[in-house]
Amino acid sequence: MSRYTAVTDADLGEMLATIGVGSVDELFADVPAGLRVEGTLALDDGLSEQEVYGELAALAQRNLSTDEQITFLGAGMYDSYVPALVDSITARAEFLTPYTPYQPEVSQGGLQAMFEYQTAICELTGLPVANASVYEGPSAVAAAGYLAKLHNGRSRFLVSAGVHPHAVQSLATLAHGWGMTVEVVDLRDGVTSVEALRQAGLDEDVSAVIVGQPNFLGAVERLAPIVDVAHRSGALVVCAADPVSLGLLQAPGAQGVDVVVGEGQTLGNHLNFGGPSFGFFAVTEELIRRLPGRLVGQTRDAEGKRGYVLTLQTREQHIRREKATSNICTAQALNALAGVIYLSWLGRQGLVELAELLAQRTAYARERLVAIPGVTPVHQQPVVREFAIRIDGDMDAVLARCRAAGINPGYRYAEDCLLVAITEKRTRAQIDLLADTIAEALA
Amino acid sequence: MSDQLTAPRSRWFIEAADDELTIFERSREGRRAFTAPRLDVPERPLDELIPAELRRPEVARLPEVSEPEIVRHYTRLSKRNFDLDTGFYPLGSCTMKHNPKLHERIAGLPGNADLHPLQAVEDAQGALELMWRLQHSLGEIAGLPHVSLQPSAGSHGELTGVLITRAYHEANGDRRTKVLTPDTAHGTNPATVTMAGYELVKIGTDAHGNVDIDDLRRHVDTDVACLMLTNPSTLGLFERHIEEIAKVVHDVGATLYYDGANLNAIMGICRPGDMGFDIVHFNLHKSFTQPHGGGGPGAGPIAVAEHMEPFLPRPQVVRREDGSFDLDHDRPRSIGRMRGFQGNYGVFVRSYAYIRSLGAAGLREASEVAVLNANYLLARLRREGVLEYLPAAYDRICMHEFVLSGAVMKRELGIRTLDLAKRLLDHGVHPPTVYFPLIVDEALMVEPTETETRETLDHFAAVVAEILREAATDPEIARTAPHTAPVRRLDEAGAARHPVVRQPL
Repeated sequence: MSRYTAVTDADLGEMLATIGVGSVDELFADVPAGLRVEGTLALDDGLSEQEVYGELAALAQRNLSTDEQITFLGAGMYDSYVPALVDSITARAEFLTPYTPYQPEVSQGGLQAMFEYQTAICELTGLPVANASVYEGPSAVAAAGYLAKLHNGRSRFLVSAGVHPHAVQSLATLAHGWGMTVEVVDLRDGVTSVEALRQAGLDEDVSAVIVGQPNFLGAVERLAPIVDVAHRSGALVVCAADPVSLGLLQAPGAQGVDVVVGEGQTLGNHLNFGGPSFGFFAVTEELIRRLPGRLVGQTRDAEGKRGYVLTLQTREQHIRREKATSNICTAQALNALAGVIYLSWLGRQGLVELAELLAQRTAYARERLVAIPGVTPVHQQPVVREFAIRIDGDMDAVLARCRAAGINPGYRYAEDCLLVAITEKRTRAQIDLLADTIAEALA
Repeated sequence: MSDQLTAPRSRWFIEAADDELTIFERSREGRRAFTAPRLDVPERPLDELIPAELRRPEVARLPEVSEPEIVRHYTRLSKRNFDLDTGFYPLGSCTMKHNPKLHERIAGLPGNADLHPLQAVEDAQGALELMWRLQHSLGEIAGLPHVSLQPSAGSHGELTGVLITRAYHEANGDRRTKVLTPDTAHGTNPATVTMAGYELVKIGTDAHGNVDIDDLRRHVDTDVACLMLTNPSTLGLFERHIEEIAKVVHDVGATLYYDGANLNAIMGICRPGDMGFDIVHFNLHKSFTQPHGGGGPGAGPIAVAEHMEPFLPRPQVVRREDGSFDLDHDRPRSIGRMRGFQGNYGVFVRSYAYIRSLGAAGLREASEVAVLNANYLLARLRREGVLEYLPAAYDRICMHEFVLSGAVMKRELGIRTLDLAKRLLDHGVHPPTVYFPLIVDEALMVEPTETETRETLDHFAAVVAEILREAATDPEIARTAPHTAPVRRLDEAGAARHPVVRQPL
């Protein structure tokens, strides 16, 4: 008997007798004899809890965590501080172990938290409707593409080169199945240009124009002119945004963007080598019935008490089947819960203070780095938490020197370019160490 | 109705007068939980950093609350949830098995939780090795050699699998337009078909609850790209004719897709690959113990046959000749990425810990006990007389779950499946899945899982019997249930008619 089952020999005999069969094997009589596994699967034997812990802890030891290295890696996921209360609350079994809230009367805790989460995302994005989460950032862009396809049935996506490459690739994977094209429009001095969009053929075949905010190179985009030109051709505008940066930046929804999506990891979620985290997804009123995934709505119970339910489910796969707005079912409820707890922890003033702290330290880091001979900025645009530099010199030497100093200097997104991310965990002393180390390597 | 009958049996939640308040309603100007780290760089005027016209004129209206308030608010909210650690959760097709605590501890180790996805592969060897080992284990369980861990949930795995099917046919110069699913399929299957750009064709179910092979034969032709199937089916029945189905599908050059939602019935007993399936997805949050989190996270890895391997998503975790592990991006025929980075690694850690704990024999035992428990519960319900009102949709040995029909109960006792479900809540039991599969009238789909004791199953059978007896004398009690949950029955139609989907601020 394994430690997760409880059938004693005595139980087994009585259970089989109750069923009216002589053996467990008889329960599998429908499985054709030729299909039965002979013997056991070629997997190792099971281990005790202590042994499993030992083996997997040893594997984890072979990973270099952000505890052990000063990391300037970002590019979509950030070494942000996760406050203790987030881990503590999300570890509660009442949040950790239930299924999707199909029985709302006994799921009010999770449903209300989702409702609060939706409200917080609406505030950040400046849009009136946000769903209860999607998988993560890049696939959220692909999901937004599907919404645009359902909405206007057009054949092309114009995607700014400032959108995260994983998002562009995820969209392209799906768009192939829809017979649609994904065309990447180059940046000009680090940002999306209206002129470049026009030249790329922003016409009535374009389903959506997709941009990042800040974009992949860290630059803050001017959204209003992009929205203006896209809407004139009847295309939707999708913006993939960094949620903490939105504490400081114009809400994309307030500038006319139709769909705002993004990666939520930086809101109270651990890096987890890339997941699980969550994706957020917000739309205009007009698009509410095209929204993918779970949506929580407020209602009343039989005694008039306020309560919450999953709503507008006629959009969803379990009701609408092949006519659903998406196939998404399980999403990232627990990670979105971490998100709303984190946003409550930051609070109204804290969000601004955090975003400003990032902007100040990022500006400092950018100044220090571009002052090094051999380091040049990739663009001059305003940035919040991340910026791109070009190394005119031996990049491998830079990386090696940094590594020896216990630093990861950033994401090498091109042969001679680094994307440097600053979080609230990166101090001035660490930034100085990064600058000094790169300077030494290039000297 | 009598107070005695509707009185709470066990209150698993605690009520307070202000429980209805949201975190936004608790907000008071000036309160805070966050203290920013000190500004240790020379402060520059914000206008120099980011021009005013790019900044938001008004601060986002997040709640203003202290740390103790946040902790109490969400702790109290948690108590308004029913959860698996508290009670029996026999939700059909969802495999609500125990979530071992060990897994949380391992997933939380800094080397796992605080590992950046773009960390150099030489500094993430432990993570990549774990993924590689999980790929190998899942491949062995599926009987298909090549695994991608990338998809984020079952539905995402389905989409990946159907797009791989498309790429496979296109590589053969073959343009196909249709995908088949049985009428018992999970809703994600038909939704996936459309999302992958195919036309859906539904296949009927025969008198024994199996795929209607004649109907299948009528619909297969060279326009068919794929048949998506769950085995055991959503009726909890093993497809006896699976080999014949595979032959019919393969004879027209189509692929056979395995929806892994019900894999918990067959681990180590038989394998989808041996049945003839070309593509399988796993729900790591079902068979492999990832806690469901109230609606995720999950993960939906896929395993494929040799001829599908070139089309798997990018990147793939591989082992190099020197024994080191790497991410292989150089896959020219790949369908591409399905998401960012490498997938839900934290889920992989938990599922691999589970496979390592159980081993081959333990996995087989898990499935055997899952099937034993389901059949035992069905037999107990029969003995309690429950099946007279809730007959099994198909009277056969079931696999890990079974489907009852509440049609007789509705006619004879005047309560619907929904009422029974809501009354179960008063007994501290989570109801089974209701009104699915669609082909069963007033369906009730029960999946006890292997981690429940016989006593728990006995208790469930007794409770259902008691609710039916109660309904025979006073159906109103069930019709107005739940009576002891944090809220009474909720107006779902009203919520949809006038959607309020955010707090007005």
